[in-house]
Amino acid sequence: MGQTIVQKILARATSRPSVEVGEVLEPAVDTAMSHENAALVMNQFQEIFAGLGRPAKVWNPNRIAIIFDHRVPAESKKTATNQKKIRAFVAEQGITKFHDIRGDEGGICHQILPENGYVLPGYVVVGTDSHTTTHGALGAFAFGIGATEMASVWALGNVLNVEVPDTIKVVVEGELPKYVQPKDIILNLIGKISAEGANFKVLEFHGSTIRNMSTSGRLTLCNMAVEAGATSGIVPPDEETVRFLREEAGVTGEIELIAPDEDAKYCQVVEIDASKLVPQIACPHTVDNVKPVSEVEGLKVDQIVIGSCTNGRLDDLETAASILRGKKVARGVRMLVFPASYRIYQKALELGYVNDLVKAGAVVMNPGCGPCLGVHQGALGDKEVALATTNRNFKGRMGNPDSEVYLCSPAVAAASAITGMITNPQKGGF
Amino acid sequence: MAKVIYKFGDDISTDIIYPGRYMATVLPTETPQFAFDDIKELNKLLNSEKTEETRIIVAGKNFGCGSSREQAASCLKGHNLTIVARDFARIFLQNSINLGLRTVICPEIEAEVGDELEIAGDKVENKTQGKEFAVVPLPKARQAIVDAGGLIPYTQKILKQRMGIE
Repeated sequence: MGQTIVQKILARATSRPSVEVGEVLEPAVDTAMSHENAALVMNQFQEIFAGLGRPAKVWNPNRIAIIFDHRVPAESKKTATNQKKIRAFVAEQGITKFHDIRGDEGGICHQILPENGYVLPGYVVVGTDSHTTTHGALGAFAFGIGATEMASVWALGNVLNVEVPDTIKVVVEGELPKYVQPKDIILNLIGKISAEGANFKVLEFHGSTIRNMSTSGRLTLCNMAVEAGATSGIVPPDEETVRFLREEAGVTGEIELIAPDEDAKYCQVVEIDASKLVPQIACPHTVDNVKPVSEVEGLKVDQIVIGSCTNGRLDDLETAASILRGKKVARGVRMLVFPASYRIYQKALELGYVNDLVKAGAVVMNPGCGPCLGVHQGALGDKEVALATTNRNFKGRMGNPDSEVYLCSPAVAAASAITGMITNPQKGGF
Repeated sequence: MAKVIYKFGDDISTDIIYPGRYMATVLPTETPQFAFDDIKELNKLLNSEKTEETRIIVAGKNFGCGSSREQAASCLKGHNLTIVARDFARIFLQNSINLGLRTVICPEIEAEVGDELEIAGDKVENKTQGKEFAVVPLPKARQAIVDAGGLIPYTQKILKQRMGIE
């Protein structure tokens, strides 16, 4: 019987001809990513070895990536001390893919991995972050795990207990209308299948819209696959994947375009007509509470956030800059922009996007995760409303359970910054 | 037998269980104080009434959705809680298994605060209401981790085999 792309990847990672849905495997890991929570992983890792009387040594220091992004630069002595301990561990173990708080190579983990070529098609990628699903955009089977599970990966090089997941085939056809973006596709999908509609399953993306989409857009789609509960999102790799890896990620080695079989078995097929989509808004306090923008237009907002691992890439900043160029962020609205990496930040500087945004009144922050999850800057006041291009709108997400977060595309966020209320950019004037 | 001390609906995220602002706190010995910190009455209940007894939280679907933060599982384990939910989000469930937090998948569960539940193998008995509900068992491979006492001893077992340690 035909195999899905994830079945094929897992078969290869376990040196088997094929695998069945529901089997529990211990696949070999190609890239194991952590951020500041490496502090907890280290703790658990040392506990594993403490009982063995052998020195604690990671299985392969070249396959571990550690990126500081959640609280950068450190917001507290606790974080600073955690980061210090991790630096010492990185040096002691000889971990090579380490991205410290630096303007030349830092950024958000889910941007750093793709842009440095740490993820290739066919890879098994695990990360101690739920949005590790992002890396499926490059044709990898990538999923989030907990810190203890990562400690086990660091020790063994295998991720234990991986149940071969069922796959939902998502077919997106047609051309996206102006100001309708990849974010709108994924929000629409999550609204359709619900926040747990893909729990324990994979979302495999197909169709002409996906084939014509840049890697940046695919990263947005796969990033939010977890918001439908999915173990992973994945786009079968193609010429665009190769272009991105060669031109933007500097990959020189072999790239294998692993693909699902024609007769692969899917548990569900979801079809989306991209040409009929309008901008989508995920309303508080669940990501599947999705409405067309027309239903919430005019709602006053206090803070606009553009950035994050979901929508902080160069094309997202370009969208925002093109809408805000020569205009002003409405008085009474705070607009925060945080690029997904310093590489993007530098390009946005060169291309003038940062200047456009700052002149309009936006605050351009350093790359990082802080505002998205309410741990570092950009917290909301009581009863305040945020409109954000980030990935979660859970109660308390932006640091205050007595506030509201709405999620949208960069185009909607930028247009709304000008008006001070949720605005459909398609209505003109932008 | 144990008492239900709190009841939730669907989609309780890890931001509710363990707010992001406490994520710099990582050690399982330190996380329990922040469990459900934004639900003051529950946080207070957990932190003020120290008990060795198992207490139960009942929830709807998709409990533990969102972030992979393991603190969400370790903070609940520290309070000796058992979570009976209609179902769990994947990463939270795996973290619970890895750390030994007792999670019970009970798709039809009906219970109110104060009810006494008996959790036995393949069913949950609500003694107060006189009803029984089927439990979805863990796959064998996951149960093996539970039986080993969590992922750390389980990994140690594999490492010992690989290193030839008796």
